[in-house]
Amino acid sequence: MDTTSRERARERAAEYLLRRHRFRPAEALPWLIAIAVYFIFPDRMTFGSQVLIMVMFALSLDLILGYAGIVTLGHAAFFGIGAYTVGLAAARLHWNEPISGLFAAAIMAGLVGFITGWFLLRYRGLTLLMLTLATAIMLQETGNLRSDISGGYDGLPGLTFDPLLGKFDYDLYGHTYYLYVLAVLAVVFYFVRRIVYSPFGQALTGIRENVRRMHAIGSPVHRRLVTVYTIAAAIAGVAGALFTQTNAYVTLTVFDFDNSAKVMVMLILGGTGRLYGAFLGAVVYMVLEDYFSKLSPTFWQFGIGLMLVLAVLFARRGVLGLFESAGQYFSERKKS
Amino acid sequence: MPHFANIAVSILFDGLAYAMFLFITSVGLSVTMGLMGFVNLAHGAFAMAGGYIVVSLTRSLGIDFVPALAISSVTIGVASIPFERFLYRRLYRSTDLEQVLLTIGLAFMAIATATYFYGPIPKSVPLPEWLQGDVNLGFRYFPSYRAFLIVLGAALIAILWYAFERTNIGAKIRAAVDNRRMAESVGINVDLLFTLTFAVGSGLAALGGGLAIQLFGLSPSFAVIYLVLFLIVVAVGGLGSLKGTLLAALVLGVFDTGGKYLLADAGGFFIYAVTVAVLLIKPAGFYGRE
Amino acid sequence: MTAALQVEGLNRAFGALPVTRDVNLTLERGARRALIGPNGAGKTTLVNLITGALKPNSGRVLLNGEDITTLSQAARARRGLARTFQINQLFRGLTVLENLCMTIGERDGNCNNMWRSAGAKRSVIDEAIDHLESLQLVDDALKLVRELPYGRQRLVEIAIALAQKPRVLLLDEPAAGVPSSESHLILDVVAALDPDIAVLIIEHDMDVVFRFAREITVLVQGAVLTHGTPAEIMNNAQVRDVYLGQDSHRGGQHG
Repeated sequence: MDTTSRERARERAAEYLLRRHRFRPAEALPWLIAIAVYFIFPDRMTFGSQVLIMVMFALSLDLILGYAGIVTLGHAAFFGIGAYTVGLAAARLHWNEPISGLFAAAIMAGLVGFITGWFLLRYRGLTLLMLTLATAIMLQETGNLRSDISGGYDGLPGLTFDPLLGKFDYDLYGHTYYLYVLAVLAVVFYFVRRIVYSPFGQALTGIRENVRRMHAIGSPVHRRLVTVYTIAAAIAGVAGALFTQTNAYVTLTVFDFDNSAKVMVMLILGGTGRLYGAFLGAVVYMVLEDYFSKLSPTFWQFGIGLMLVLAVLFARRGVLGLFESAGQYFSERKKS
Repeated sequence: MPHFANIAVSILFDGLAYAMFLFITSVGLSVTMGLMGFVNLAHGAFAMAGGYIVVSLTRSLGIDFVPALAISSVTIGVASIPFERFLYRRLYRSTDLEQVLLTIGLAFMAIATATYFYGPIPKSVPLPEWLQGDVNLGFRYFPSYRAFLIVLGAALIAILWYAFERTNIGAKIRAAVDNRRMAESVGINVDLLFTLTFAVGSGLAALGGGLAIQLFGLSPSFAVIYLVLFLIVVAVGGLGSLKGTLLAALVLGVFDTGGKYLLADAGGFFIYAVTVAVLLIKPAGFYGRE
Repeated sequence: MTAALQVEGLNRAFGALPVTRDVNLTLERGARRALIGPNGAGKTTLVNLITGALKPNSGRVLLNGEDITTLSQAARARRGLARTFQINQLFRGLTVLENLCMTIGERDGNCNNMWRSAGAKRSVIDEAIDHLESLQLVDDALKLVRELPYGRQRLVEIAIALAQKPRVLLLDEPAAGVPSSESHLILDVVAALDPDIAVLIIEHDMDVVFRFAREITVLVQGAVLTHGTPAEIMNNAQVRDVYLGQDSHRGGQHG
């Protein structure tokens, strides 16, 4: 092969990789929608904040589940740690500054993620499911043990937080906080996006696709998994912290297995390993839940169960996967 | 009896009864997971359904408790067969995650259905005379119901042990758990075997659900709350092992009971701490294969 | 001079069944050795023991004089030990280019980078293209691995091993499963390997063995029957017995 055609091949290869990682115009869509919601539904701002928080939570799970391919049942533990870091700091230490609270939550949750991940990520399958589940429950029980500190299942009510950046105060309709959560989500998302498209993110995909091969090419698999687990835990912690800040209240129910299951369902429905699957899944789930559980909680639970069954049988890659398949189908028809 | 010994005996007795319940309900899950590698999180829902059938039979049809247990087990056992043949079978080669999601979806649907028909408030069952109150075992009085649980559990263990270790079918099941492909190539009809074990396992789960009513009360959320326990017993005991399930049920049952007796609030902690400890050392459980 | 790879007294049993029995093997730098033996002789098991996918019951493995027996698979790979699998172990959902870039990235530490785009480091891409070029895979660079015919996938398997810049390369039946119309692609590649690399190839096809190997090790029931040059092996009565005797006496081999 002569030099020019080799150069051309290299250019083509570099362009292929770089092109995929650049921001596409369509990516502005979810953010524009989020901003539009601010203007269109000013009376649903508190709900809107909760949706954005769930998006962040689902995004953190996507790193572990969608990209690294690890199935766990205890992700709510990190959400809970973040929530309680902020809650305890406000209630017991009178530390009410919101933004530093986020950092503290990220550090605490990340630390626990690092320690538990280091031990637990040597295992897979049912063993890992049980270990992560048991760890989350133990954290919850620990909180229950010292309910004098944690407030137990009644929780820590009536928390107050300082105005953001010293200027923006919480208003009754949650307008300020909605924009605050959106801003934090944007920052977190930017980081996650960079990680996912980096060589490290590529390695995660490799671990998910063929871990045997990864070992054989010299990848320090355990180290990579612990790293991504720690990062995901920190992000889940930030989501938990925002939860406490926006609700001015936190109870031990944040650690419930229900939450771990809920965020997994959101992610699966939206589509794993696709970054925006977290957005789609969380929004759809929260909106449907809000509507249906007011109508009839039983009906909602049945509907979720049915959705899951149908998703596994017919839409394994979630809604985004369906879109992708549809897109492929149409582009192939165009070709022929 | 001296106070300390009295407490110890109570813990052991209650722990044993609890362990019998755990064993009866979990053994089916262990064997099916070991045999087909299928993660069935709807197992708790089968137990719950069995419980509700007993409630209906005893309250609405006036059938006695023990016959109701039998009818419920058989009904659920038979009813589980179409689930296995038409739904589960399609996912045997799927990932763990997909199996988890499908079966959790089924569990949610079951819980919602139960809530619709029975409401969320816990139900109880009318017990026959001989199961109420206490029974005198010579040196002490013990609750009759728990004594019944222990005896029933022991009988079932004996029957299952015999079926597993001494019959042809038991040998085939053990072979298939050990090495499915080998078993198939030797001519064992693994599909039929699995349907059979699944039906028996679900029937036993239903029995466990019926027995649980008197211990914990029955509400729709039973299906997921106790599922965690069953999974823990199975994981700690080792998939596909009768011995393992029994040992795990005993260890966890006694520890949990003891923990709650002695450290009321902190009690719930133990069962999970033991689980983590065992799995870190033996990830495949006591008698699982690695 | 230190041998590239040295295996000393390697033993491994599964329960009561010994699968590797007191194996000794030395690969000099630039070696071209074939590992042959009847089915079930334990050839792949031996490779697994050497690469660290399996831990031995006793014995040592030395890579360039360094004892690597206690090291993990990944640690050994980073020290220059590469292998291909009998059945392709590729990243089927990714493009050929990404398969290579990932391998190179793990080797040169690029995959520790969480910040820049995976396409930003040109040296990785350039090297990937170079490897693909030498295996005539450049035109397939942007195709998904699972879309390639099996023979070309097998080439990707070898490309990945080469992209690790190994000093010792273990090939497990590189032409296995490849239709005969395409097997020459594989064989040409094997023949053109860097003369500095020590290569051990598990093979059944005697034509390939005699074309490629300068030395042959015969493994039978987990133990080394004999080492030798192709000529010596061809004339070795014991070897003939093992291959021919079993065919004529038992009509086949299992074990």
